[in-house]
Amino acid sequence: MYNNARGRFLGLLYVAPALLFVLLFTAYPFGQMIWVSFNSWSLITPPKFVGTANYTKAFADKQFWTSLQFTLKYTVLITPILMIGGYALALLVAANTPLRRFARAVIFIPVVIGLGASSLLWYWLFSTDYGLINKLLFDLGLLHKPVFWLGVNADISNWAIIVSVIWKVIGFGMLLFVAAIQGIPSEVTEAALVDGASPWQRMTRITLPLTLRTVLLVTLVSVIGSLLAFDQFYIMTAGQPQNLTATSVFYVYLNSFPYLKLGYGAALSLILAGIILLFTLLQLVLSRRSHA
Amino acid sequence: MSADLSIAMRAETRPRNLIATLWASRAKYLVGALLIVICVVMLLPLVASVLASLKSTTEAAAVPPTYYPHGLSVDSYVRLWDYQAGLQVYVGNSLATAAIAIALTLGLTVTAGYALARFPLPGKEALFVFLLLALIIPYQALLTPIFLMFAQLKLTNSVLGLAIIHTAIQLPFSLYVMRNSFEAVPKDLEEAAVVDGANSLQALVLIYLPSVVPAMVTVALFAFITSWNEFLGALVMMNRQDTFTLPLILSAARTQTSIGGTDWGMLQAGVTISVIPCIAVYLLLQKYYVAGLLSGAVK
Repeated sequence: MYNNARGRFLGLLYVAPALLFVLLFTAYPFGQMIWVSFNSWSLITPPKFVGTANYTKAFADKQFWTSLQFTLKYTVLITPILMIGGYALALLVAANTPLRRFARAVIFIPVVIGLGASSLLWYWLFSTDYGLINKLLFDLGLLHKPVFWLGVNADISNWAIIVSVIWKVIGFGMLLFVAAIQGIPSEVTEAALVDGASPWQRMTRITLPLTLRTVLLVTLVSVIGSLLAFDQFYIMTAGQPQNLTATSVFYVYLNSFPYLKLGYGAALSLILAGIILLFTLLQLVLSRRSHA
Repeated sequence: MSADLSIAMRAETRPRNLIATLWASRAKYLVGALLIVICVVMLLPLVASVLASLKSTTEAAAVPPTYYPHGLSVDSYVRLWDYQAGLQVYVGNSLATAAIAIALTLGLTVTAGYALARFPLPGKEALFVFLLLALIIPYQALLTPIFLMFAQLKLTNSVLGLAIIHTAIQLPFSLYVMRNSFEAVPKDLEEAAVVDGANSLQALVLIYLPSVVPAMVTVALFAFITSWNEFLGALVMMNRQDTFTLPLILSAARTQTSIGGTDWGMLQAGVTISVIPCIAVYLLLQKYYVAGLLSGAVK
């Protein structure tokens, strides 16, 4: 079928729009970003070639390291909670009973809403005077004076945001883990039951090893998402106090747009893209292997 | 001897089975209760937001806050309706962006998926990898150069420009889903049609499209959710307030409102309105959503 020159021509014709789109809106900007990163440019003045100055500047920039460190801290704290929590939920709801199906659908609902919307929701819940969280903790007798959750202390803000994001995305891992657990051949589980394996043995010797690849892939997706965190910090703390909760993407945004240091912003973007690339390649290698 | 042994064994196993059965039934109820508690915890923030949006203006600004409204009122929605340029402008921008993004994503990936699955393209593997380029370059990093380009093309402050960014974000996932869907269609149907004199475009429209409708629903659904919710791209591209999308105007409203401090009631009315379409399409098209997630998220 179409296995001739005409077929090749037709195929190219059909793929051309997508090809053009990726060239124009992904490949070209990427090339331009590399070029811009070697220039000093503020939009008002013309670009000026500065070599690697933007990169050396980044390494000496305290805020760059603060942001990177904060982003890593956020990622390191939230990832294990999301993975262990998501897996525990998956074990709870993996069987196909009506209640479990319902629970799956409910736990997944926050995944489909916007991170912006959920951040605005939690911005209110964590509000010092107007929020329900202080009110609830107060009524339960756990608090005697209101806590300033957001924008006053970097660590407390980080934890408040982590709570909101766990609520928002834990269903994502859960759903993929459920699919992986349900994909385990029933003979394997039955054999283990016949051999008298305890639930704990079944989980550690069968379920976990047989779903390990999914766990690794979801971990990578989650790590990449956390390293690119922006919306929740922009909305809930605006980087406060003193830009201590400004994540890496936040710092790139600040430099590129409000400050209009385009060259510097591009250099920071490339450094960030390089870090992300490591994780993405790992993810691709892992998913490749599974198809083989 | 053997009979004695079996009786002895039965005597030993029976009480253990009884305990196990009792324990199992108790565990069943415990797990059920736990699941219900988890569901309540997951739903509470959304319910609290909806309830807060229905408080009267004074109650919404009360310190300490009330858990639920002591009288229902749509004041917050009325204020949101008239906020700045008016809610219909922002919802309109969001809907227009999403509609263009859906159309662009479908148009590009249906044709490209068809080409990749059915034609002998030169360097097909390399081509496919190139089309998935956006997978390895996070769009957050590309916004600076795209902004420069769009500034020259007069595509900043335009729903078309923003829709292009949302399409670029969705393209790899959508292409992957479409190509797989085209590959799953049996070839004989198409061959029969071509023998009958159909050209490749007719074969696409008449033979393939009906078979790839589920994939198209999945692609459109994810494009909608992404576009409707996307924040950073809109924040960078849309600088005039009348071009803001819903998430942008709500984010702006968290600090600057007409009644002095933050208008918490109006903010939660906005959250409720932006959340409803997402939950509605998810509940209606759950099957497609889950299918897309399983095929695309963990490739």
